[in-house]
Amino acid sequence: MAAIAREYRTVRQITGPLMLVEGVEGVTYGELADIKRADGDIRRGRVLEVNGDKALVQVFEGTSGLAPQDVKIKFLGKGLEIGVSQDMLGRVFDGFGHPIDDGPSIIPEKYLNVNGDPMNPYARDYPNEFIQTGISTIDLLNTLVRGQKLPLFSGSGLPHSRLAAQIARQATVLKTGEKFAVVFAAMGITFEESEFFVADFRRTGAIERSVLFINLADGPPIERLSLPRTALTTAEFLAFEKNMHVLVILTDMTNYCEALREISAARREVPGRRGYPGYLYTDLSTLYERAGRIKGRTGSITQIPVLTMPEDDKTHPVPDLTGYITEGQIIIHRGLHAQGIYPPVDVLPSLSRLKDKGIGEGKTREDHADVMNQLYSAYARGKEAKELAVVLGESALSEEDVLFVKFSDAFESRFVRQGEDENRTIEESLRIGWELLGMLPKGELKRVRDVFVERYYPKP
Amino acid sequence: MISTQGSVIKVSGPLVVARGLVGARMYEMVRVGEARLFGEIIEIRDDDYSIQVYEETEGIGPGQPVWRTGEPLSVELGPGLIRSIYDGVQRPLDALQRDFGDYVVRGAERPALDRDRQWSFAPAVRVGDEVVAGDVLGTVQESKLVLHKIMVPPGIVGKVVKIGALIGNVDTEVAVLEAPKGNVSITMVQRWPVRQSRPVARKLMPTLPLVTGQRVIDMFFPMAQGGTACVPGPFGSGKTVVQHQLAKWADARIIVYVGCGERGNEMTDVLMEFPHLKDPSSGEALMERTVLVANTSNMPVAAREASVFTGIAIAEYFRDMGYSVALMADSTSRWAEAMREISGRLEEMPGEEGYPAYLGSRIASFYERAGNVICLGSDQRPASVSIIGAVSPPGGDLSEPVVQATLRVVKVYWGLDDKLAFARHFPAVNWLTSYSLYQEIVDASADSQVAKDWSEIRTRAMTLLQQEAELEELVRLVGVDSLAADDRLLMHAARMIREDFLHQNAFDDRDTYTSLGKQYNLLSLILHYYDYARTALQGGASLDGLTKLAVLDEVARAKLIPEEARDQFDYLKERITGDIRALLPHT
Ligand SMILES: Nc1ncnc2c1ncn2[C@@H]1O[C@H](COP(=O)(O)OP(=O)(O)OP(=O)(O)O)[C@@H](O)[C@H]1O
Ligand SMILES: [Mg+2]
Repeated sequence: MAAIAREYRTVRQITGPLMLVEGVEGVTYGELADIKRADGDIRRGRVLEVNGDKALVQVFEGTSGLAPQDVKIKFLGKGLEIGVSQDMLGRVFDGFGHPIDDGPSIIPEKYLNVNGDPMNPYARDYPNEFIQTGISTIDLLNTLVRGQKLPLFSGSGLPHSRLAAQIARQATVLKTGEKFAVVFAAMGITFEESEFFVADFRRTGAIERSVLFINLADGPPIERLSLPRTALTTAEFLAFEKNMHVLVILTDMTNYCEALREISAARREVPGRRGYPGYLYTDLSTLYERAGRIKGRTGSITQIPVLTMPEDDKTHPVPDLTGYITEGQIIIHRGLHAQGIYPPVDVLPSLSRLKDKGIGEGKTREDHADVMNQLYSAYARGKEAKELAVVLGESALSEEDVLFVKFSDAFESRFVRQGEDENRTIEESLRIGWELLGMLPKGELKRVRDVFVERYYPKP
Repeated sequence: MISTQGSVIKVSGPLVVARGLVGARMYEMVRVGEARLFGEIIEIRDDDYSIQVYEETEGIGPGQPVWRTGEPLSVELGPGLIRSIYDGVQRPLDALQRDFGDYVVRGAERPALDRDRQWSFAPAVRVGDEVVAGDVLGTVQESKLVLHKIMVPPGIVGKVVKIGALIGNVDTEVAVLEAPKGNVSITMVQRWPVRQSRPVARKLMPTLPLVTGQRVIDMFFPMAQGGTACVPGPFGSGKTVVQHQLAKWADARIIVYVGCGERGNEMTDVLMEFPHLKDPSSGEALMERTVLVANTSNMPVAAREASVFTGIAIAEYFRDMGYSVALMADSTSRWAEAMREISGRLEEMPGEEGYPAYLGSRIASFYERAGNVICLGSDQRPASVSIIGAVSPPGGDLSEPVVQATLRVVKVYWGLDDKLAFARHFPAVNWLTSYSLYQEIVDASADSQVAKDWSEIRTRAMTLLQQEAELEELVRLVGVDSLAADDRLLMHAARMIREDFLHQNAFDDRDTYTSLGKQYNLLSLILHYYDYARTALQGGASLDGLTKLAVLDEVARAKLIPEEARDQFDYLKERITGDIRALLPHT
């Protein structure tokens, strides 16, 4: 039922970003509204609840400067939509899809509701194509595949933006003739961070194949709720209608969740952990689950959400619930960063859950899984020995332990560490991996099959 | 459909309040708005009917119509369930994809059982036979693994007045019964309200093991047919992999897998993998015994709440045929969160962490639908439903309400540990905190059928693991060098149990499933080594020599010995004996 587009001057209450309008008729849940002030200021809102003749409207730009007697509200009879077009590539938008660069306006090919519909699980195709990011800790140990959602768990002051930009720049598939795009969704980040991405995309020419959606830290928090939906709707259009392989970077999800908490508090909902609403999991999943592949279609959506963990605490609701939805996580480590290692990826707690189906013969290399397991376990053993040495002193270490400590140091400085513009092929990552394994006697390589030891163990 | 029509007065997310639905009852299904969205009445106050809507409610507003259906949320039960994938309210996702595209759109509707499929019905009774509820009237070969029994529905008794072999779709009349209140026509399909458990003749204590092929489970924390188990653990600790492994390898006749508020790709994984995996006992594809219910996290939350009931009703129906059924629900926490969300919208008084006060009783009544039973029907056939629920506690904190409510009812607890998962010890089942109350049942069966010292070696191995944990404390304080040689040997043996027995790679073709016989061989091989090594240590052999024996590398790979090559274990045992003897100082 199309609502009668009627204007009301009956705003009765304003609390936080919410506005209560009375005496309305024909208003529906989720409908958009235009909110006009006498002086011409126009804002957007969305109906969060209708009860009889009362509608509760969330104002995207915030309610600052609004007075009940001073505004007219007009219900538009449709949900939040975005006009999409291939011409969006190379352009910068706000959270509603309005251009905010100096370019011309976009002539939409079609309009899409930003909430999207859930992908039918039966229509999904399993992600199994290796994406080479050129970063050893990801490619070899925490392999990213097309259609995966793999977040960066970071903390304030850590170089997650640099890593995300490097991934966006370098990500390729070991196949040619395919179309790529990057959709960049910035929520509540600082001007400097945002500028860093934009400049980086410009510098490398990646901007040509990118669509940027930007809401800065001083922008309206509520816009952060629509921004990732607008961005993902665009990504779906590019992926499934324009056959592109789309990498979506969502940063910073912690800001998004805070905006959600703000709305929830204004509605006086029963708060869950740390004041976040009980439906935070469901809400996040409606974003993250939009990653994927569809049977019979060429394109794909791969997501790299970035989030900063308050106090580096992985059990904080934002990383915790994200981890429950995404297919693994890459953890950025403060200690490694302090040691001057870039990218400071802590490989032990990091995990790509979809790695197994994207690696091996025909995809990367036959020995990939074995090398991965061996590097991982040798590094874990070295770290463990190091911890022991802290408690009991170096002298408590056996000869073997000392060897593994050496190994883990070399692993950090030669394998984990790499240049910000160093784009390693999977072959190169494997080569470095084998060089490091060469530090250990063959007998210690229990996770590598003998044939591969014969074939790849460095000759003295 | 009943003609009474009400109208919407309030919409708040998945909750709609309507007025004017005179005569409507609790849990009756309604259709909401012009889009005819599915909904269910969950609260009645005067003339205000609160409805949880199973689809996105955007565009619904006051004044829009609401229709009664007169029926509670029900499932269709009949041939065609096997190999299906349904959403939380039993809409067939394959048919929706075929007819409505790659996204689940609102108002999309298709019958749960495909009316175009023809089934061949073979009668099992004759005209003139007296039958009661549960009696098998005939059978349909539903899949290679499932002989579907068409039963007299609950509540009906009578004399068969018409029956015969025929081919038809599920709506075809297969028999007519002369009942006290007149003739009853029986088709191949029954409808059943999901929130109500299907009746049985009687419930029994579980007596048979549910063999899973997972070593840590079968050996240390076994499951029983008709039992209940839970798998709590933080994210990434391996809950889903455990559930998938059980769905693949548990020796149940029917598997119902409920993906409740979890990832879409995990369902795709099952859909793509199961048709290619072979059931170890029959050699047929695992999909031939599987029903999937997939209400992923991004699908409507009210349908998620319904999904576990849809799953359990289907499971009970197959149980009624006399089968052992296992149901996996991943994750019950998402189900509880769906309840919490609806309860919040109803503005109910919240209990702990915002969950409704009835959380505990809902969880208990769900698990209570598991059980070992005697089915309805004159042949007194035994059957069972086992339930294995994953729990996803926020931050891995086990004190939270869903874990606690679950632990009060389930009998098996497989606690997954993130520390083990980080150390890539999979399955990350913590052997010090997990438990199974079905141990005796399984011991009795394994001691008589696998090896008479099954329970003995299990107890010994567990003792070693516990002693190892104590010694580890000590090592942390004083270093391994200060331990006596026999303690160090014990730690070595315990480590072998962990790495060579407990570690089980779900993604390795051979390691993914281990029969009970091979589990026994593997564990007794390690204990054999420990016994001989201990004696040799006393006899003067060096610890270093004992722990670095070359044959131990082969023991480490023994889990990959093919099922049929059992003699390799004997060979390894002999080598261990010989090699250890060679280490003894010559006298
Ligand atoms: N038995 C196993 N063998 C090998 N790898 C395993 C095993 N169990 C778990 N894993 C590894 O752990 C990862 C996470 O497991 P899983 O997806 O089951 O976790 P989960 O507890 O269900 O997490 P979530 O709560 O986020 O759904 C898997 O992708 C796999 O890499
Ligand atoms: Mg899981």
